[in-house]
Amino acid sequence: MNRYVLPLAMFAGLAALLWKGLDLDSQKLPSTLIDKPAPAFTLDRLNDPGAEFGPGDMAGRVWLLNVWASWCVACRQEHPVITSLSKEIDIVGLNYKDKRGDAQNWLARWGDPYLLSAFDGNGDVGIDYGVYGVPETFVIDRTGHIRYKHVGPVSETDAMEILLPVIRQLREGVN
Amino acid sequence: MAAWFCVALPAAAKVEVVGFADPAMEALYQQMIRELRCLVCQNQNLADSNADLAKDLRRKTRELVEDGKSRSEVVDYMVSRYGEFVLYRPRFTAATAFLWMSPLVLSLILIWWVLRWRRRATAAPTGYSEDDLKRARALLEESGDNGDRQPPGSAG
Repeated sequence: MNRYVLPLAMFAGLAALLWKGLDLDSQKLPSTLIDKPAPAFTLDRLNDPGAEFGPGDMAGRVWLLNVWASWCVACRQEHPVITSLSKEIDIVGLNYKDKRGDAQNWLARWGDPYLLSAFDGNGDVGIDYGVYGVPETFVIDRTGHIRYKHVGPVSETDAMEILLPVIRQLREGVN
Repeated sequence: MAAWFCVALPAAAKVEVVGFADPAMEALYQQMIRELRCLVCQNQNLADSNADLAKDLRRKTRELVEDGKSRSEVVDYMVSRYGEFVLYRPRFTAATAFLWMSPLVLSLILIWWVLRWRRRATAAPTGYSEDDLKRARALLEESGDNGDRQPPGSAG
């Protein structure tokens, strides 16, 4: 009887590990920036190259930083959701590795849900934010801390069930 | 000249050629882009990947190395932005201790298991009593066989 215990235990252990593996999405990486201050930057605005924007400009407000690009197909997909979210909350676009003309055309064609977009032409700010796939959406609280990060297009369900509750909680909380 | 082309072309086909004044920096840069993972195509390192993000991260790595940053400073820079996953050679932390130690632990378990198995095999009781063995020896002597068994038909 004893001789079966070890192989059975090994099999059970391996099975448990593999079973757990079925539920893991290796494409989704945990952000290291959660609960950290949003990295500072100063960038030109997309529609007003003379004016600058930095995260400090949003101090005191709960806001979203949405990383987008005109070449990004999934950004088109989430665009209607971002547009309806923009009625609830200030959304700043981070126009990532784009051409200014392309980006402006994209907004003219599909509509501009953003308070403003910061123009990150060479993607340096994207690196500071750990962006590895566009679109990505950061929820930033009144003190400028990143509280949530969504990777990939925001679906209506994501917006209703995850983002809006997080935003509501941050607005109510005494931060 | 021809030989130089043969060596340089395969590398230049994918990764931008970067010139470092300092060979130590060049070596560190080459080491880093092999140790850092491209997060878009997750099973390639920065050196192997053609993804845009990999190009940007190679550029960042080059800038950091040119600024005189050490290996651990480059690693810290990347990990603070992309997490431990960016490292192909994970650091030794509480979370990775099992990963690093498991080969050693498994080897020790295997050695212990083999030793125990061998000790058991040699000390295993045969199931014959001392009297049985005595009688067996007597029978062997009687038949003129001293115990050195030989295959039938062989000379000796």
